[in-house]
Parts: sequence; structure tokens; C-alpha cells
Amino acid sequence: MKANQDRVIEVEGLVKQYPGVRAVDGVSFDIRRGEIFGMLGPNGAGKTTTIECIEGLRQPDAGSLRVLGLDPRQDGFALRERIGIQFQSAALPDHIKVWEALDLFASFYQKSTDWRALLEKMELEEKRNAPVSKLSGGQKQRVFIALALVNDPEIVFLDELTTGLDPQSRRAMWDLVWQIQTQGKTVFLTTHFMEEAERLCDRVAIIDHGKLVALDSPQALVNGLGDESRVVFESVDPVDHALFTALPGVTRVERIGERTLVYGRKDGLIGRVVNTLEGARVPFNNIHAEQPTLEDVFLKLTGKEIRE
Amino acid sequence: MRAFMKLSSVQTKLYLREPMSVFFTLAFGPILLVIMGLIFGSLPRPELNGLSQMDLSVPGYVGMIIGITGLTAVPIGAATRRDAGVLRRFSATPLRPLTYFLADILAPFLVTLLGVLILILMGLFIYKVQFRGNWPSLFGAVVLSALSFFALGYAIAGLVRNARTAIILGNVIVIPMTTFSGAMVPLEVMPASVLRIANFMPLKHVVTLMRGLWTGEAWGAHLLEAGILAGIFIVGVVIVALTFKWE
Ligand SMILES: Nc1ncnc2c1ncn2[C@@H]1O[C@H](COP(=O)(O)OP(=O)(O)O)[C@@H](O)[C@H]1O
Ligand SMILES: [Mg+2]
Repeated sequence: MKANQDRVIEVEGLVKQYPGVRAVDGVSFDIRRGEIFGMLGPNGAGKTTTIECIEGLRQPDAGSLRVLGLDPRQDGFALRERIGIQFQSAALPDHIKVWEALDLFASFYQKSTDWRALLEKMELEEKRNAPVSKLSGGQKQRVFIALALVNDPEIVFLDELTTGLDPQSRRAMWDLVWQIQTQGKTVFLTTHFMEEAERLCDRVAIIDHGKLVALDSPQALVNGLGDESRVVFESVDPVDHALFTALPGVTRVERIGERTLVYGRKDGLIGRVVNTLEGARVPFNNIHAEQPTLEDVFLKLTGKEIRE
Repeated sequence: MRAFMKLSSVQTKLYLREPMSVFFTLAFGPILLVIMGLIFGSLPRPELNGLSQMDLSVPGYVGMIIGITGLTAVPIGAATRRDAGVLRRFSATPLRPLTYFLADILAPFLVTLLGVLILILMGLFIYKVQFRGNWPSLFGAVVLSALSFFALGYAIAGLVRNARTAIILGNVIVIPMTTFSGAMVPLEVMPASVLRIANFMPLKHVVTLMRGLWTGEAWGAHLLEAGILAGIFIVGVVIVALTFKWE
């Protein structure tokens, strides 16, 4: 019983078929109370479809779902009292002001928090009487987060929270998400930004073509790559890749623009690359070792790079 | 209930911030009234059985603004909000579709009532029109007509694929509807062929009912109109129930 209470979301064999595409293809995972859980994958991977099936807004074709002990398909109204949703794209009525939107949404719930305090926390206090349509992207996003929090939800769903925001607003959003977690809420977010998943999430599910390819903490996912590392340097002329592949422990070489990336076993890699370059009298610049990131995990698991 | 009250009041405020809707629901009727007043004045006219043009215009325009609001502002607003994803955001809350629908009808109704009130007050105090009916009865007719036309408008929003179609359809219907309703040009002066067309225009029945009650006729003399409007209301609500979707 205890174990079940700790799991606020249980997904088992979720399938959603659209004409010509299986958007979600047998996904299973659990989310624990209080964690920030991220779903990471490229555009079209099936993140939005998954999250909206869990929210009860789309009907899955197969699989079982449990959210806060409820079945989203049958207990939709009861469930929505207890969760907060931020859509990947959403709209509010024309001409509505910030405070009106919050006041209105608060009235939809049996239990709601004081939206005035929420405005303050979201740093929207001075925009209180502004029409939502006149706000900047980051401010609008904060309004939508405030709306998702107005019922003091147990789980907050954030779909592509920071897409379209500048780096500064993005970081501000991360702070908000940490704050939400501090209040004891569970956060389920989706993103296609590696860094966001890595920095923000306690656990990350990597999804590609509707399938879950990995699920663990960002650290564990990166550690799972073993002791592979990479050395990067810049050179004006291309360097013969065979020079490096001949070295012990090197697995792969890649050139992107003026940058050459040498992948291989971490120990002594940078020294061997420098020796090789000097031995071949190749002029080079800015050489350094890079720690593997989720990007590398994704590349290894799916054979491709995630791009915006 | 709290959601319904709040939603109705917010929707009413938003309605009043939409210039087009405000124009047609609040300003259009009075402007026509002023124009008619300049042309015809308030003198009784023999071809209108001794009534003045203004005696006919006031109840006629009451019917007309209900019709125009129901066929344009209601469907366009509903379809636009659905297209934009506003309803989808509402669907992510425990708000019930029925609550949303009722509030969405109440808001234009309240503004229409205000428009009706302005028309009547102008008629009574500026153009000295004669009112021979009783007010609760007239109010009942306004409610019935608005229910009927707003349900029709909402049904149009449910049937069309997007807001653009709702705009076109609303405008295409509203023009012959007002022309043949008798609101602008009294049906008494129209040829028989036009009268036959007019009978198929739901708005004609609103105008006839409104004028009848205005001049003191009983509901009993207008069971046909009342029945037609009630029928439109029921059909409209059934279509809304079948076609309503959050997105
Ligand atoms: N309503 C829909 N109708 C048809 N296909 C859809 C629909 N929603 C999503 N899809 C398809 O399902 C796949 C997954 O989409 P989505 O869940 O939005 O991915 P993500 O959020 O990861 O970008 C895509 O191929 C998309 O085109
Ligand atoms: Mg998405």
C-alpha cells in the first residue's frame, strides 16, 4: 500500500495510434510523489500525446493508467480537481486581463489557492491589469503556469515549458519548477532540451518514435555510457581520421565545421590526441576534454542527434 | 455555481470589449432608430393603420438586434474561442461543458437586454412611441426569442469547421434574415411573393411576436410564432448537445 501511495502516476503499456503513426507505442513507467520527472525526446517523439493521455485529455488505444489512484478516462473531473496542466500551446479569451484569468480559473475548482499571492510569486504583480495578449512570451508562460497552480495541485504537468523562451527566461522557469517541487508537488515535464532535462529533472525518460528507450536519473544515464569521453579541438584543415582511429581506446571520430571530436576511453585520451597532432605537425587550437552529457546518451541509444 | 457566475460576468465584460459585437448589439439599433426618426418622424401614418413608423420600428429593432447578435456575435465568438484553443484550456479544468455553454449564452443575453432597454427608452422618451402591451409579457418574448436565436447561433458554431466559416455563414444568413423580417421595411407594404419568403425567416416571427405584444395583442394570438421559436430553440439545443466539442 505504501509503495502505491508513493507512486502518483502509473503507466503500463500505453498505446496511442493515429492514422499512419503510432504516436505512443507501449510505454510503461511510474512517477514518484515529489519528484521532477522529465520526458525527453525530439519533436514528434510522442511526448505531448503521452502526457495528454495521462491527463485524461486524449483517449489511449491500449494500456492502463493510474493517476493519484484514479483512472483518467473515468474520473476525469475528479482528477482535474487535483492536477495542474500547462499545455504546449494554449490560449485565453481575447481581451482578458491577467487577474481576470486567474480569478476565473480559481472559480472552476472546489479548492483553490489565493491567486493574488500566486501573482506575486510569479512576478506578475505589476501586470495584473494588463491584457494577457499584450504580455511577452515569458510573461505569458508565467500566467499559464500560475493557472496550472491555482488549484494547489498535487501534480503539475508542464509540456515544453521553455520552448520559445530566451536563455534568461528559461533559467527563471527552472527556478520556478524547483520552487514548485519545494512545495511538495510532483512535476511531470516534457522537453527537447538536453540541458534542461539534465539540470532540472530528478529522473529522465528518453522517448523516441513513441518508445521509451531509457529511464533513470541524468547522472546514472550518463554513467551508463561507461568511461567513454571525448576530446575536441579546432583546426583549419581537416585531419585524417585514421590517425586517431588507429589509437588504442578510440571508438569514433567526427568533424563538425572546424571542430574535430575524438571519442574514446577517458584515460589518457587527451594526451594521445595531442601527441598524434604534434607528431603529424597539424596546427590546432583550443583542445579540451568534454564530459559526456545526455546528448551522448541519446546519440548512443537512438543513433541520432536530438536537434531543435 | 460559483464557476457559472464568474464565467458569466467575465464573458460579459469580454463581450463589451469586442467593438464589433458592441456595435451590433448596442449601437446599431439606436442608430437606425435615429435615422428612421429623421426620415419619418413620429406622425401616425394611414397605411400603417394609424401607427407611426416609430411605433413599428422600436419593437422591430428589438427583434432585429436579437437576431443579429444570435447569428453573428454568438457563433463567431463561440467558434473563434474554440479554434484558438481557449476551450481546450478550459477542458483541462473541472469546468463542466454545460456550465460553459450556459454562461456563454448568458453573457450576450445580458448585453442584448441592455441594447433592448436602450431602444425602448429611446422610443418612449425621444419618439413618444405608444406601448399598449404589458412589460412582463414583452420580456418573456425577448427571452424566448433570444433563447431561440442564441441556440441557433451556437448550433451554427457547432456545425461549422472553423471560425472563418462561422463568420461567413453568419453574415450570409443575417442579411436576408433582417431584410425579410419586417424589421426594416414593414411587411404590410410588401408584395405577397415577398411575404411568402418572409414566412421562412425565423426572424420574421420574432418581429411579428414583438410587435404584436407591443401593441397589446395576447400571446394567444401568437401561438404560431411562439411555437416556431420554441421549436428552433429545441432543435438548436439538440444540435449543440451533439456537436459541442472542447477543441
Ligand atoms: N491529433 C493528432 N492527430 C494525428 N496525429 C497526431 C496527433 N497528435 C500527434 N500526432 C502525431 O503523433 C506523433 C507524436 O506527436 P507528439 O505527441 O505531439 O510529439 P512530441 O510532443 O514529442 O513532439 C507525431 O508524429 C504527430 O504527428
Ligand atoms: Mg509536444
